[in-house]
Amino acid sequence: MSENVEKYIKRKVYNSTSSNITQKFVDAGLEKLRACINCGTCTGSCPSGRRTAYRTRSVLRRALTGDESVLQDIDIWFCSTCYTCYERCPRDIPVTDMIIKLRNIAVEEGYILDAHFGLANNIFYKTGHGVPANGEGNKKWRDLRESYGLPPLPPTVHVHPEAVKECQDLMKSVGFRDLLDKIEKQKGKEKAEREKAEAKKAEAEEVENKKKEKKKK
Amino acid sequence: MSEENKWKYGFFLGCVTPNRYPMIEASIRAVFDHLGAEILELEGASCCPAPGVFRAFHIPTWLVIAARNITLAEELGIDIITGCNGCYGTLRDAWVELEHEPELKKMVNEHLAKVGREFKGSIEPKHLVQVLYKDMGLDYLRGFVKHKFKDLKVAVHYGCHIVKPSDKRPWGGESEDPRFLDELIELTGATSIDYKDKFMCCGAGGAVRTAVKEISADFSREKLENMRDAGADIIIDCCPFCHLQLDLGQMEANGIYKDMIGEPYKIPVVYVTQLLGLSFGIDPNLLGLVKNHDLKGVTPFIPIEPFLEKVKDQLT
Repeated sequence: MSENVEKYIKRKVYNSTSSNITQKFVDAGLEKLRACINCGTCTGSCPSGRRTAYRTRSVLRRALTGDESVLQDIDIWFCSTCYTCYERCPRDIPVTDMIIKLRNIAVEEGYILDAHFGLANNIFYKTGHGVPANGEGNKKWRDLRESYGLPPLPPTVHVHPEAVKECQDLMKSVGFRDLLDKIEKQKGKEKAEREKAEAKKAEAEEVENKKKEKKKK
Repeated sequence: MSEENKWKYGFFLGCVTPNRYPMIEASIRAVFDHLGAEILELEGASCCPAPGVFRAFHIPTWLVIAARNITLAEELGIDIITGCNGCYGTLRDAWVELEHEPELKKMVNEHLAKVGREFKGSIEPKHLVQVLYKDMGLDYLRGFVKHKFKDLKVAVHYGCHIVKPSDKRPWGGESEDPRFLDELIELTGATSIDYKDKFMCCGAGGAVRTAVKEISADFSREKLENMRDAGADIIIDCCPFCHLQLDLGQMEANGIYKDMIGEPYKIPVVYVTQLLGLSFGIDPNLLGLVKNHDLKGVTPFIPIEPFLEKVKDQLT
């Protein structure tokens, strides 16, 4: 890449005209997107876009222009990371990797689906596996292993508690535990607010119903 | 790699293979043993970590845990093999990135040092298909073929991360129309059929399956429809997560999209080493092809007996 292009592409983002999120995109390397010519090859190649409203080009455009709402958009979780857009981009933008970085920023801001958070917090962090064999209460997968002549548990973290601890130490060291704790707190707060609002709504409905009943009488 | 370590590999199991599809694990062990390769355990290995979810949540965590898994094989001084496209994606991408970006390697090693480890980059993470095709080669494998299947139409499903991103894969940059898996399958006499959008994703990866199952199931529905249209007797894949999506996914598509699909799908899903092993004359019991239990709600969900029935006369 020539020096001029490098300068242009990595130009500074001014806070007066852009959001903090834009700076985060730039810091994460998303500035490569400035080479995009908007051809739409990514969107046209996307198997997820065939069946959902996820439009790769649109999502990346929003990220680039600092439209923060893109972080809350569930569409960014519909990319199956098949890398077809990455392979076909005529500007050699690593599109799929950009989507993954965009998700990282979304998660950092607390935008993560409950199912994904549960997988990270309750399964991966606790067991070291993304898909564990399940506990003693649900032995069918262990029994299945044995039926094919294998030991009931594989020689992974499943039979090495010290390895689970080592993974947890690493996750603490690299900041994953803190991130999960922050999100858990935020999710708890959001849940409490939601319940409060719902209780308030139910209460109001009750008052309304009583009024109606009184009128009937 | 020294001559002594020729075809000696550390087996990276991942999660779905050992904990959901152990028949795949059994077949990999049986076939590699049969071919004269030595498989060593990577004791205490964890989730790779899965690229679609954990990499999407926090890239540094993904990188550090992946590097730890690679150090397990570095300690043994042997290359890693994995039978999972997702694990391959993680281990290979992390390995390439750490090889090319000294800053990242420094960061990762600062964390690893706290648990007494160091990523050196001294071994290579390989997919077992890569080992079969490149390390061993078609000519070597051809010598093991005992039974040739006739009239067996196979829908080959590569999955995504065995070929893409192509700049981090060993296939010479080919990503639109690779042939290596078809060539392996055709050693057995089976016919790899053409079908529409053969290289399309199964729909499981990228956190999509966990996010909205209906979307994943719709990817599978489209693939299955194209495979059925082309007259596939069986599906062959080389990834347990694709395998899960194409096996359990048939049940899901049959339920969720029953008004769209007409007849329910029931195409047996067979892992690459199961088919190769059968052709090499290995006992189907050792390849995880024979059900030997009465457990409920376990894999495979689509019965593979029709496949065994079709080829049993050709196995004598």
